[in-house]
Amino acid sequence: MTTFFYIAIYVALAVFLAACAVRVVSYARAPIHLRWELYPVPHDDPALVKHGGSYFEVTDWWKFPLHVNHLGDLKVMVPEILLLRGLKKFNPVLWYSSFPFHFGLYLLIGSIAMVFVHALLPTAAVASWIVMTATVLRDLILITAVLGSALSILGAIGLLVRRFTHPKLRNYTTPADIFNLIFFIVAFGFLWAGYFLRQPSQAGPLAIAHGLLHFDRTVPVSILLAVGLGLSAVLLAYIPLTHMSHFIAKYFTYHSVRWDDEPNRPGSKIAVKIAEYLTYRPTWSAAHVGADGSKTWVEVVSSAPPNLLKKEKRS
Amino acid sequence: MNGEVKTPTSSLSSEQKAAPPSTGPLVEGRPVKISDMSRDERQPLVKLGLQDLKPLPTPLDDLENSHPFAPLSEKTMAQYECLLDNTCAVSIPKPKDREEENALVAKFLSGLEKLFRKEDNWTFLQPLLLTMEHCVKCQTCSDACHIYEASGQNELYRPTYRSEVLRRLYFKHVKGGGLLSAWQHGDIEINWPLVARLIELSYRCNLCRRCAQACPIGADNGLVAHELRKLFSQEMGIAAKELHDNGSMLQLRVGSSTGMTPEVVKDNIAFIDEEMSEKTGIEVKTPWDVQGADILLIHNAGEILAWPENPGAFATIMKLAGISWTMSSEAVGYDSINYGLWYDDVQFARVAAKHAEIARKLGVKKIVLGECGHAHKALSVIADRILLGDANVPRESSMTLLREIVVSGKLAFDPSRNDFPVTLHDPCNMVRLMGVVEPQREIVRKLCPQFREMTPHGVDNYCCGGGSGFAIMGGHNFPDWRFQVAGRKKMEQILNAFSDCMAPETPKYLCAPCSNCKGQFRDMLQYFGLWESNRILYGGLAELVVNAMVDVKPGFLEWEWH
Repeated sequence: MTTFFYIAIYVALAVFLAACAVRVVSYARAPIHLRWELYPVPHDDPALVKHGGSYFEVTDWWKFPLHVNHLGDLKVMVPEILLLRGLKKFNPVLWYSSFPFHFGLYLLIGSIAMVFVHALLPTAAVASWIVMTATVLRDLILITAVLGSALSILGAIGLLVRRFTHPKLRNYTTPADIFNLIFFIVAFGFLWAGYFLRQPSQAGPLAIAHGLLHFDRTVPVSILLAVGLGLSAVLLAYIPLTHMSHFIAKYFTYHSVRWDDEPNRPGSKIAVKIAEYLTYRPTWSAAHVGADGSKTWVEVVSSAPPNLLKKEKRS
Repeated sequence: MNGEVKTPTSSLSSEQKAAPPSTGPLVEGRPVKISDMSRDERQPLVKLGLQDLKPLPTPLDDLENSHPFAPLSEKTMAQYECLLDNTCAVSIPKPKDREEENALVAKFLSGLEKLFRKEDNWTFLQPLLLTMEHCVKCQTCSDACHIYEASGQNELYRPTYRSEVLRRLYFKHVKGGGLLSAWQHGDIEINWPLVARLIELSYRCNLCRRCAQACPIGADNGLVAHELRKLFSQEMGIAAKELHDNGSMLQLRVGSSTGMTPEVVKDNIAFIDEEMSEKTGIEVKTPWDVQGADILLIHNAGEILAWPENPGAFATIMKLAGISWTMSSEAVGYDSINYGLWYDDVQFARVAAKHAEIARKLGVKKIVLGECGHAHKALSVIADRILLGDANVPRESSMTLLREIVVSGKLAFDPSRNDFPVTLHDPCNMVRLMGVVEPQREIVRKLCPQFREMTPHGVDNYCCGGGSGFAIMGGHNFPDWRFQVAGRKKMEQILNAFSDCMAPETPKYLCAPCSNCKGQFRDMLQYFGLWESNRILYGGLAELVVNAMVDVKPGFLEWEWH
């Protein structure tokens, strides 16, 4: 039973990592698109960014090096990720559910990380700082795990209620949206119940993590906690297969779309890649395009529409 | 892609097909659902009434005396597919029979597949995939959309509505579909009414991308409208005729979407030079095709015909500032418009390549774009990556150039000549989508003592309602929708900006440094009668600059409706 439990967790983690990697690679390998940014772009000159401006406001902007202020990006991204600042600004009512849900997840992730750090500490402590660290970690793990799961459950309930009750969300809610939220509530609910209702002789998260890392099959895991951990593991594997992987998408929507203001300088990587794309052979079939599957983009674009002198008929 | 196309139209009897079209809305008393798009009844889904719309401030708060929506004529309803709402932007001819409907649906599905193939759509594939696969449907974007708000929050115009339709089609017909997919992403039935409605719905968005700015994930519903238009144009040959036949095709054929040939444009500019010289007391002569000039200035050619004082003002400023500049008389080189930006990547690239090639041949140091927002974004931003090597001639905004001239001290100004209320409209393409925000403000703050901002402004601005080509689209009763819905939020902003001086004794100036926005304001102010009743005039930025120039005869701005 414990063996199966450990394997399930490792498999779930592997699926999560693999699915995330596939998603990241698929977006990263998509062709560089035409520019489509939204301003302000926070890594531009702060003097311009503060009023929403860009390097296009500067006379002969191409004569100057591009301003790349990574701190500017961080100033936007950190509060956006941690506090969901955009949501707070544009949809404050939803924020009251979404923020605790997401922040709870962050706390849980932090808690899990600390659990494994704790599990890697030497069991027979020889130095006082190790003992101290282990004690602090244990307290932090308890606080972040309990608070994190509680916040996430409350947030998910809030989101679920809104999905059911708000007409503007109902029209767009699929069965999977409901399922996903219930999945979080149930999985974390079992974690809570498993943690608080376990017998003193049964293992807590620290012992389980230790057992997991050392594949110790003698660790006594309560049924409730095992179900909670098992469901959480399945949830972990499931997330990157759904739109809930927007934590991946958000990197690309911000850095590769909204903020991608890199100009096309001669000889740049962009120019090389675009030159390659221009050899693709489009197959759009409207008459004015003039693509037949054999002409490249360059050939299509550099020739006049075949039907320039007559009115186009619907294809 | 699923090859077989099933449409419920097969159940239509010949009598049903021949019956006179009903004009009543299919959905009343409840929000439109996604599944309503596939309803086979050949009737519009919704009908907007003035009472449904967001109220406007005084003097447009009187519904009794406001323009009602003109109904579509029976002839129009019989001839075209008007199945969405109470207007018709694209005028899609009704298919002759079921066979033709099925063929069109098949063509749509073929285009849908191409939209997600890198060989066909490398230009926007990555952002489109991100939006398709990661919207959480939280509706945060909805309140950012001026059309949704102005319509009284009609579900049909919610930014996510058309995206959700495309998303379900994508998962079903591109990603393979199936029961699990339907459970996860929602199901949708495809038929000709859905495609016809989606064509129209792609032309109910100004592509201002205010919704994208509000999205916490970074999903972009404006892009979805853009990509849908592209699919319809590049695969099905369906686009608003003002953008395609009378727009990009005309521009590529004769040189300008206005129809002006090189000979005509030179004649017109010569006339403008003459008028300007007389009016300003400054002898101006627009230089043509000057090899090696510092600047190639490209106006939206609409300015030359509709607002000649704008290119005239530019010529005067350039002359007095001693700038080395030229215009091009080569076809396409004298018209900065690029309507492909709104509906067709191929047409877009063709026009952008022409602009760049003309500048390269002239050997100019840079292209300066006149007062045209979409031309700014098209050539400066969107085209940047397809202009390779020496075709990538630097491009600059005329806002930047004008600011440089005004603050340089080269010219003397008398701001008291502009001592009337002025507000500034931010063209979306220039501001939110390009980041040119402050130069035009520096100018109006320096030259217009009674300048006041709209709320909100800058990158948070609202579209004029004419964006994405609407300003030049006027078929059937589309102008009613354009002014009453798309332009409504901007109208509210304008009235609020001038709320302290609405009396007709005080002339007011709405500065819009963009041709399409000016076109929208011209038509919208006239529609609501705000020049006659409250003396709100609109115009460009260069005109304000010349009006304040000490070396120019006073009274450059004429307080007459035009």
